[in-house]
Amino acid sequence: MNRRSFLHNVFRTGTLASLAVAGLALPKQLLAAWNQKAFKSKQYTDAISELYGSSSMEESDNIILKAPDIAENGAVVPVTVESELPNIESISILVEANPSPLAAEFNFGAGMRGYASTRLKMGKTSNVHAVVKADGKLYQATKEVKVTIGGCGG
Amino acid sequence: MANSVRMRAKATGNVVEVKALVQHPMDTGQAKDKNGNLIPEYFIQTVEAKVNGTTMLNAQWSVAVSKNPYLAFQYTGQKGDKVELTCVDNKGETFTGKTSVR
Repeated sequence: MNRRSFLHNVFRTGTLASLAVAGLALPKQLLAAWNQKAFKSKQYTDAISELYGSSSMEESDNIILKAPDIAENGAVVPVTVESELPNIESISILVEANPSPLAAEFNFGAGMRGYASTRLKMGKTSNVHAVVKADGKLYQATKEVKVTIGGCGG
Repeated sequence: MANSVRMRAKATGNVVEVKALVQHPMDTGQAKDKNGNLIPEYFIQTVEAKVNGTTMLNAQWSVAVSKNPYLAFQYTGQKGDKVELTCVDNKGETFTGKTSVR
């Protein structure tokens, strides 16, 4: 180790230590879990590729995507995904017209039922996609939600 | 941050439904304040749910999850299960909540 990188390391460790003292240090595995590339993707198919390594999906009748036909307030759009597909590993919800389409991904452990519900922001009228990974394959359901007032303005 | 996660878990037969509300602004980084300055991104990135100490759900969220996020999920379980939720935002702040299944 040369002097420069030694000093660099000392500085870095020092910074980390002071961050830890300030209560800002993160549990490493949780920090690593956030998929920056997928969440920053501008196209929803790119986001799915980044997340699952592939974007070839089958439309499935076995995914129920519940969302309003018309959302009066785009800042709070309730979305529920339900599926009876066997061995569900993950459910993702994507809003196609949002600046970053991927809104949320839920990774399931053993014992989870195929159900996830949350509330999302939608900038404008858009297709909402529910992507379910089950038995290693990707399935999707799509629904258009019309937005009267966008949820991304100030 | 003790009271920032409100949770309820109810068993119907062997199906447990967990509902949680987290208090968090979930700023998108695109909205402006009244002086026209961008409000920086500030949002929950990861959510972990444990049942009796075992991880059941690991979620990743973007800024598109609404302010004061709501989350519901279901698992196969029973009354008395201990459910624990941990949220971490992009500033590294942690929000936790726990409840027993009724």
